[in-house]
Amino acid sequence: MNRTIVRLAARAILGGKRVWLLGVLGVLLVGIGVGTRLLVPGSPSASLDALRTIAFGTFLPLFGLIVGTGVIGPEIDDGSIVHLLSKPVSRHTIVQSKLVVALLAIVGFAVLPMVLAAAIIGAGAQTALAFGVGGLCAGAVYCVLFLLLAVITRHAVIIGLVYALVWESLVGSVIPGARNVSVQQWALSVTGSIAPHGVVDAHVGLGLAWVLIVVVVALGTWYAGTRLRVLVLASED
Amino acid sequence: MATLDVTACSRWYGNVVAVNDVTMRIAPGITGLLGPNGAGKSTLISMLAGFLPPSAGTVTLDGAPIWKNQEVYRVLGLVPEREATFDYLTGRDFVVANAELHGLPDPGAAAQRAVETVAMTDAQGRKIGEYSKGMKQRIKMAAALVHDPAVLLLDEPFNGMDPRQRLHLITLLRSMGAAGRTVLFSSHILEEVEQLANHIEVLVAGRHAASGDYREIRRLMTNRPHQYTITSGDNRALAAALVADRSTSAVSLDGDTLRVEATEFLRFAELLPRVARDAGVRLYEITPADESLESVFSYLVQA
Repeated sequence: MNRTIVRLAARAILGGKRVWLLGVLGVLLVGIGVGTRLLVPGSPSASLDALRTIAFGTFLPLFGLIVGTGVIGPEIDDGSIVHLLSKPVSRHTIVQSKLVVALLAIVGFAVLPMVLAAAIIGAGAQTALAFGVGGLCAGAVYCVLFLLLAVITRHAVIIGLVYALVWESLVGSVIPGARNVSVQQWALSVTGSIAPHGVVDAHVGLGLAWVLIVVVVALGTWYAGTRLRVLVLASED
Repeated sequence: MATLDVTACSRWYGNVVAVNDVTMRIAPGITGLLGPNGAGKSTLISMLAGFLPPSAGTVTLDGAPIWKNQEVYRVLGLVPEREATFDYLTGRDFVVANAELHGLPDPGAAAQRAVETVAMTDAQGRKIGEYSKGMKQRIKMAAALVHDPAVLLLDEPFNGMDPRQRLHLITLLRSMGAAGRTVLFSSHILEEVEQLANHIEVLVAGRHAASGDYREIRRLMTNRPHQYTITSGDNRALAAALVADRSTSAVSLDGDTLRVEATEFLRFAELLPRVARDAGVRLYEITPADESLESVFSYLVQA
């Protein structure tokens, strides 16, 4: 990790208009908690289901896309990454530093609001904690995947959007076999294991989920650094 | 002292060859990379800067390959052509960040020195996004100089600079060249390169067209067939008198105009008015037919 790169990435993510978008999405998450609490009387389980679907199915992939590509994509697009790359700093260090910022942004703007929303719904401390840990897992995987995508292709946002909306929201929930390769299901498996029995159903075994999460995060981070090392930056002649 | 070596280096994109079998050595001092737009100058600089692998051949700095070797940046400074920097930073923060990324022991002092070198002390507290093009160029220069590199690569550094900034940069680069640094800059303007570079490398259509000091390049560029179209009181009489001299290689009559190809530029310049006077022919108009830089360059490639 390199403190200068962390500082620069944090300013890039939080200094622009993106911070407002993230802030609004975060507030929206808390708002869902408040709204369901007020509008759906009685047991919190229906409200919790709604929060789980929206948070894990839509918000986390979307946040991952915004911050994962956001910490590096614009710099590659406009060429300013040349100022980071023309330094004797390991490319893996650059990737890891950027990921730390992306992950902190997800925790601040998505995971904490999720926990808060779960608490407002009245889910209890254990369930709220489960949402937090699950959200952190999903956030980490999405950050790595979308940052890697931004290093590999200039069309990362479009590909990521299709993935987030079509794959995670539709395919993963409709085709049972596809669930094994759904980040959402891995995260839900972790959430389900922490939450009281029966609160959150998961379709992927806990062991497999952990293995997949750790492997994807580790391999993705390493591969992004490797790809950044051979990033071609040539202005058109 | 640092030397860049480009050896049998080619770079192609699909079917398009941007750099074609170029071999050159860039030694300490100031080298100008001259060529028309699209000649492959930026491609070559990208390879020298380690942001593009050669398709064939090698590009090395003191014998070490540059591609995939981030250690070269300890001695190499790069001023890219693209303007994009971190617009949300102040000029000073940007240069300090560069110093930190180089792992310098005292980033603040190094940044201060670099900012002073490019005369940006007064504007260093403003955001880069608010800078003019020339100021952005200078702050990029400060960032590239902050670790006191032995090699400095500049891609079209004079683009968008006003005459005063241009003069300042020329002075700065001269002092760096005099201090024994290896400075390479690209340009498509002969006068710019001539003014500054001790050594000139000419690149045309991806090929290494010429190499030498500016006198040599100037001679190559002037001692080539020059074409003129002339209108006069009596084209036929003038043609007869001109073709008798050895400084002309071809004379043709084309309706109302006379086309002349001269092999020796200076001799022809003296010859034409004298011959016209002696023959009693009045000259109305003399137009050089191919004085564009592109035609000069394409002549060099054929030579």
